[in-house]
Amino acid sequence: MSVVEPALSETQLAAFREQLVDGEIDHDGLAAEYDADEDTYHIETPDQQTTVSADELGRVAAEQAAYITNWYFYTQQVGTEIKQAFCQWLELADERPVPDRYVALESGVDREWGQLIITTTVSPDGTRHYDVRHVDDSDAAADALTTHTDPFDARDIGTVDADGRYRPLRTAPSLKQGWIFPDLTAAEVYEAVEAFYPATIVNWYREGRDELDIDHWRDEQDRQSGIYNLITVLPDEAVDWAAAACCDDSQCLKRREWQLSEDEPLDADGGDGVFPCRGPCSMVVAAGREWAKLERQKTQTYEFELTPSEKEQLEAVIDAVADDEIDEIREADVGDGANRYRVRYLREKRVDEDGNLSGTPTHPEDVHDGEDEDHGDSDG
Amino acid sequence: MQSLVIVAHGSHLNPDSATPTHTHADTIRATGAFDEVRTGFWKEEPSLREVLRTARGDEIYVVPLFISEGYFTERVIPRELRLEGWDPELWESDGISADTATLVASDIGTEVHYCGPVGTHEAMTDVLIRRGESVTGDPSVGDGFGFAVVGHGTERNENSAKAIEYHTERIRETGRFDEVKALYMDEEPEVDDVTEHFESDDIIVVPLFIADGFHTQEDIPEDMGLTDDYRKGYDVPAEVDGHRIWYGGAVGTEELTADVILERAADAGADIGDAVARIRQQTKPTTGAAGD
Repeated sequence: MSVVEPALSETQLAAFREQLVDGEIDHDGLAAEYDADEDTYHIETPDQQTTVSADELGRVAAEQAAYITNWYFYTQQVGTEIKQAFCQWLELADERPVPDRYVALESGVDREWGQLIITTTVSPDGTRHYDVRHVDDSDAAADALTTHTDPFDARDIGTVDADGRYRPLRTAPSLKQGWIFPDLTAAEVYEAVEAFYPATIVNWYREGRDELDIDHWRDEQDRQSGIYNLITVLPDEAVDWAAAACCDDSQCLKRREWQLSEDEPLDADGGDGVFPCRGPCSMVVAAGREWAKLERQKTQTYEFELTPSEKEQLEAVIDAVADDEIDEIREADVGDGANRYRVRYLREKRVDEDGNLSGTPTHPEDVHDGEDEDHGDSDG
Repeated sequence: MQSLVIVAHGSHLNPDSATPTHTHADTIRATGAFDEVRTGFWKEEPSLREVLRTARGDEIYVVPLFISEGYFTERVIPRELRLEGWDPELWESDGISADTATLVASDIGTEVHYCGPVGTHEAMTDVLIRRGESVTGDPSVGDGFGFAVVGHGTERNENSAKAIEYHTERIRETGRFDEVKALYMDEEPEVDDVTEHFESDDIIVVPLFIADGFHTQEDIPEDMGLTDDYRKGYDVPAEVDGHRIWYGGAVGTEELTADVILERAADAGADIGDAVARIRQQTKPTTGAAGD
């Protein structure tokens, strides 16, 4: 196997010396200090301890050179702690020491972040390079994908899905394929991921330090004003339905950490995403407002004439819409309850000219409640 | 390290709503006046609730890309950003004079400079005029032209009309156009009757809105009679009742709006060097375009 031979540049050595004049270095397996009296440098890495003169610094053994290039990259090139933590996560830094990491980075280390696959590689001077693409394009030839170099292009790529439909929720699992950022720097990969999935890195970072602040549903209710005040009347059980409807992994790649309140967990599955969701998003709040309106209606008993297969067909239609499977139903597959011909047939047979199922009016003459929300009873 | 954070409304339904915010952020980013430029939204991501934690600066300037002072700038944004001790009185504004207030944002534990909205800054007048130039393709447009600034009206927010009147008066004071008037969607004088309010044959109409959407792309063009169905589009200029209407759409999409964002941050103490001059130069419409 070929291994990256670390090469220390004059710039790196100068930075190393400069840092040691200010104080010791203790970074990711590298410990180093400068002895001013002797004018020597003491360098410790897991398998080697050396004391060298300034002249000899450029000729340290490969292992130590690797640690120094790694120190230089992370402390001098990557920038903030959050970016460092993210780049270290990208290369599985916790799992292996620097020399082994460099071996792995030679062929590339893959990590998934939502629907992104990010491949990290390393140059002999320790500089990392990042290839970002859609996870379903991981095996595609780079020249078969549209190349991007500006990380802010990610914003436009993520605005619409493959069918050109607007994606108001950036973390919905509907990112389109067909693009590649073949060679981003550490600063750029951070910006690209931030543009695809805003604020996910910082929230992941906070969570890793046990500092993630969760806004639970009741906190969200208490904070609302204006038209969103209405969510205060959404029944508690409806919050669970809302979370199951909106926050499931099939709808959003964030891992929902918010509950009804800190002491009142929701039953709905929070998902398995890498990055956490720390509070109901504006989509959930807007949907919650709509459901709060609808939940103010009282139930009513209706009588419908349906055959058993027609009842099952209505259930199939609900499933097909809820699971976004309409496009997968074949044109002539009239055996599928949600097939367009089947549904049109049902409409012809069971829905009258006023749009009423089985000819049953939604608001029978002798019942007045229901639609007018101003007079509806509140559950909250 | 200086950070600029532009906060805007955004939309769950209209992908164009955030476009001006992103475009102006890109323009400002390219000047290098700030170490970073972040954007946050009420309806999109990152949310107002989380945008400050994406910023790393020691000095953070928050500029609302909103037209007027009101519910969002005085209540929603400060609440979502968690500005400790916020009170609209800190702006000491008469409804159009909000400048800046410096408060600790508890989300990040550091001070941020919370600026007044873009729409009430005096430099917005220049953007309205610039839109007049770009929509006519004439950098010296003025003689023989009327200019209408269009707003919602007072139905939802009293300060909204104040901002319209403020800029209308400032454009009028330049003496550049034959007539300058404020028109409204919800109240008199209504934009529907635009031709009744002007004697000039040519009328530039620019809504003081941040982004194009339902009002600026559908309501106003149909109400003015530029088209009977917005989906068919309309001509610029369009002939209505013997007048030529040069309809500019939302002023916030004009590139020069980036300049107003910068001015807001500079007023709050940001060091932006010569970025304003560069943006003014860079965003000038090329002469000899349409209309010649």
